[in-house]
Amino acid sequence: MTYQQPHTEASVSYPETTAGSPLVAGGVKVAARDANVHYADKHAIKDVTLDIAPHEVTAFIGPSGCGKSTFLRCLNRMNDTIDICRVTGDIRLDGEDIYDRKVDVVQLRARVGMVFQKPNPFPKSIYENVAYGPRIHGLVSHKDELDAVVHGSLERAGLLNEVQDRLESPGTGLSGGQQQRLCIARAIAVSPEVILMDEPCSALDPIATAKIEELIDELRQNYTIVIVTHSMQQAARVSQRTAFFHLGNLVEMGDTETIFTNPEHKLTQGYITGRFG
Amino acid sequence: MTAESGTKSPTERMRATLRRRYAAERRFQAYGIVAIVVALSMLVTLFVTIIGNGAGAFVQHTARLDISVYPQDIDPGREADLDALARANYQSLVNDALYSMFPEATSRQDRRAVRDLISPGAKFVIRDMVMDDPSLIGQRVSVRVPLSSQYDQVLKGNVDPAVDFRVMRESSTEIPWSLPEGERLISDTQAGYLQQLIRQGEVEGSFNRWFFTNGDSRQPELAGIWGAAVGSMFTLMVTLLLSFPIGVSAAIYLEEFAPKNRLTDIIEVNINNLAAVPSIVFGLLGLAVFLQFFGLPRSAPLVGGLVLTLMTLPTIIIASRAALKSVPPSIREAALGVGASKLQCIVHHVLPLAMPGMLTGTIIGMAQALGETAPLLMIGMVAFVVDVPGSPLDPSTVLPVQIYLWADSPERAFTERTSAAIMCLLGFLILMNAVAVLLRKRFERRW
Amino acid sequence: MNTLLVIATILVLALIGFVLGRRRIIRQAEGVYSRLHSLPTYHGHFVALWCAVPALVLLAVWVPLEPKLAMSAALSHFQDDIGIAANLESIKTSTLALLLQVPKDATTIELDALRSDQLDLLRTEIRNMADGTASTGHAAFMEEVASVYAGFRDISTILMVAACVAVAGLGAGVAYSRVRPEMRARNRVETAVRWFMILCSTVAILTTLGIVLSLLFESMRFFARVPITEFLFGLHWSPQMAIRADQVGSTGGFGAVPLFAGTMLISAIAMCVAVPVGLLSAIYMAEYADSRVRAVIKPCLEVLAGIPTVVYGFFAALTVAPLFRQWGESIGLDVSSESALAAGMVMGIMIIPFVSSLSDDVITAVPQAMREGSYGLGATRSETIRRVVLPAALPGIVGGVLLAVSRAIGETMIVVMAAGLAANLTVNPLQAVTTVTVQIVTLLVGDQEFDSPKTLAAFALGLVLFVMTLLLNIIALHVVRKYREQYE
Repeated sequence: MTYQQPHTEASVSYPETTAGSPLVAGGVKVAARDANVHYADKHAIKDVTLDIAPHEVTAFIGPSGCGKSTFLRCLNRMNDTIDICRVTGDIRLDGEDIYDRKVDVVQLRARVGMVFQKPNPFPKSIYENVAYGPRIHGLVSHKDELDAVVHGSLERAGLLNEVQDRLESPGTGLSGGQQQRLCIARAIAVSPEVILMDEPCSALDPIATAKIEELIDELRQNYTIVIVTHSMQQAARVSQRTAFFHLGNLVEMGDTETIFTNPEHKLTQGYITGRFG
Repeated sequence: MTAESGTKSPTERMRATLRRRYAAERRFQAYGIVAIVVALSMLVTLFVTIIGNGAGAFVQHTARLDISVYPQDIDPGREADLDALARANYQSLVNDALYSMFPEATSRQDRRAVRDLISPGAKFVIRDMVMDDPSLIGQRVSVRVPLSSQYDQVLKGNVDPAVDFRVMRESSTEIPWSLPEGERLISDTQAGYLQQLIRQGEVEGSFNRWFFTNGDSRQPELAGIWGAAVGSMFTLMVTLLLSFPIGVSAAIYLEEFAPKNRLTDIIEVNINNLAAVPSIVFGLLGLAVFLQFFGLPRSAPLVGGLVLTLMTLPTIIIASRAALKSVPPSIREAALGVGASKLQCIVHHVLPLAMPGMLTGTIIGMAQALGETAPLLMIGMVAFVVDVPGSPLDPSTVLPVQIYLWADSPERAFTERTSAAIMCLLGFLILMNAVAVLLRKRFERRW
Repeated sequence: MNTLLVIATILVLALIGFVLGRRRIIRQAEGVYSRLHSLPTYHGHFVALWCAVPALVLLAVWVPLEPKLAMSAALSHFQDDIGIAANLESIKTSTLALLLQVPKDATTIELDALRSDQLDLLRTEIRNMADGTASTGHAAFMEEVASVYAGFRDISTILMVAACVAVAGLGAGVAYSRVRPEMRARNRVETAVRWFMILCSTVAILTTLGIVLSLLFESMRFFARVPITEFLFGLHWSPQMAIRADQVGSTGGFGAVPLFAGTMLISAIAMCVAVPVGLLSAIYMAEYADSRVRAVIKPCLEVLAGIPTVVYGFFAALTVAPLFRQWGESIGLDVSSESALAAGMVMGIMIIPFVSSLSDDVITAVPQAMREGSYGLGATRSETIRRVVLPAALPGIVGGVLLAVSRAIGETMIVVMAAGLAANLTVNPLQAVTTVTVQIVTLLVGDQEFDSPKTLAAFALGLVLFVMTLLLNIIALHVVRKYREQYE
């Protein structure tokens, strides 16, 4: 089932939906209905409606400036940190409106973790980087427990073998790819349900990229993953479902295979065949 | 899917700590607000204290005396020679006028108490008047002269808070003392004469012009800031004339011409360090080099200006270099491209664009120099100078040093004048900084 | 005044040179400027520079030299004729005899045998007499000597004017004769300007050199009289030197440890006020306050930085110190009216904006990505600040605090006005202590002979102050620069 974001009012073709009525089969983790984002006067995201299924990798693709990163940041309310940014519409995590006044943003972000475009380890030791989240959230009560969480997270991020003997050395001393995996381990350590990844490989070399992609595929077992990428090959490799954004509109969303082999929309076709973007 | 750990789920554990975390968050934010409130309240306290103390200095109580300008006292030869007039005995004119107002005061002691009512500077007021208009000789004139500072302070309510001159003038009753005689500077007898003067309707609080026209004096009611202000002006003039051209030239050389080598590196580090050298060290330099080595005169604004030049140069050089740096290279390339020499390119194109930034830096440097005290103490600008300096080589003092000198005097009247002088100094500084801000706003360019 | 007149004359000559040089090249160009290598203005500048610069240099050498030469002429006249009985007698009967300590039965006065302060006195006397402002009784012989001085000076002034005008004219003439269309006047003028600029940039170095040399030189003279170990490690400071050698306490005490301790105590109190307040307000402004609040509060804090220190000193002495004393009395504590606490606290207020603006700079320099990384994990703002931003900004903040410490150590007026003079060795902030800067001021303000240990001690203290602040600055600037590089 695919969705098409219309360019004119007349061509509205997706079914009337209300929040809660799933657009995808097999459960919904995150659901957005008519989400809009304004940066001061700029209308950055226009009426985006989509569902994200659990234990899948969903990829957001589109030309730069299309709003895919902005939308991603709406999902754990990272846009709150930007004063001029205003989000309207309805975004739900497990059926709960995340923009509701009752929802605590700190808890939300613990459930919806994030990995950024540029690896941003804290200027602390590797251990401290991973231990940071569990510590601030009070997830562990003694040192052994924390050690276990840190080791487990590093292991799941595929980094443990490389850094086991230098956990106390600074995280900023690692290579770019290792730093990014450290950031992933840091995100996993708070046991999120969803991990948002904002172009996680754009600053990395191909080998490091391959490792991260492999990791993303493994993580899918336990987490719901949303990844923004400017590389269509990457979207094709790692994701099960793909959404295509253009100028703030969600143009089309569907199974990755369908999107890449048989897109419904002309714009999508133009983009994936490399005619613009 | 959430990874289970222990008996409680992470969500549950998180919820347990959440209240504590939010309390910490609020506490932390409160610390910041408290810090800002503390800093601002210090600022407010400072201003309130200064203004509260100093506002009174702009008013001086005066008494009207009917003076008979007897020619035999001041101009026996009736030739109106200015030199002779300047040296004549005006005090006797003042005394005569006073004694005639208080005919009952005949004993030495009483006469002295009567004389004390009026400032010893009254004679200068008369002198200046007569010298301006010698035709007054032989006439009877009515003059307002300042009251002595202790009486002035009493009437301002600074000695005894129960005394309010405005109320007293209306009711013309007894002075409503709340303090016993011993604690209020003036005795009952003195108070009697003061009251008599007030009853005769001769006392009035008016704008204190002497504060703005006189030099320093041992008598608070005659002490003014004009001498120090002129000294400051001369000092700043010397500083500006030297530091602006030198600072701008140095900045241009370092920014546009200097090769990148060890020497220019040293100069750069040196300038940065010089900016943080305590100002008193510059005073020591001035003492050892300008006074001892070159033998320049002590207490002169010229030397003060030289010392302050060395002190403000780093500020001006750093600001000017920043201004030059902000001019985009495309301007230089354009000028060089049409065959201008490097110097022409800088003088014709870069300098006009960088000038507002340089001027802003210079004004800020000048404001620093205007407020500077310590180095000037070292080169002897603390002398007690009554005369208003006429050139940068005359002994003089400057506004901040005048403040320092007055602050040392215990009299309430001097405290008042110190605060008033501070208000004037701050006024100048605010003006200079406002000009700097305006300049920056007006000419700010984004490339 | 004479000097100003000569300068004015030279400048007028230079202006004439400019006009003439310009006119000559215009005539030579015959209306075709493209024949000229440089524009006519440059030829004018060329002549003017040749006219003014050598003459001004000559003037700059002559003016400081003149009184020295005149004085040595006068003194040699003094030495030559002092043997004449009448001359010696006239000195003996004047007050000068007392000041120079001439014995009643002296047959002559040897200038070489006089102490340097006595020699200075004699010089001043001669100068004052020549200027007609003598203070001591008029010895006939001294008037003779003074007239030698005045005569020499007058002749020298006339010579100076003549020489300067001649050099100016000569320079202008030579330059004028070299004005030719093919002459590269612009390049020469530009070279001259460039040299002027180089000269200007060396002023900063010369200043540092001047500071170091004068402090070192005077300190050496001090350490020749007072051992450096006593100065640096002695616990007793009382620099009152007796006038006569047999007076009590004639040796004075020059152990500066109490001063160093006092300086540290007051600086420490100042930092206790300035660092928390400055740092926390910087954090609030950088991380919490919205732009409108910031636009109001920041300039207000900067006003604190712009207030002259003498005003803070007055505030400390007039308001804060009596207030603390009162509070102390009301709870039964004995607080000195010149307590270190009052001076230190007001100094802290002065330093708040310094700390806050430096901290603000470093905090905003921490990349936004760090904060986002932390927010993304669900940290609150304060957790992000305390656990991520502040540790990252720590080196920069430390650098800023070091700069602030150096500022506190070198601060003079507040302590001069609000701290004590007595050199107590104590860590009790309620007592009066004195500082290095206070002592420098007290030792040097007022009339002193220049090379008594008392005044020289001020230079030794100045040297210590300079070295301490310099070290702090170098370390701080280094730390801050390293910090900036980390994020660039």
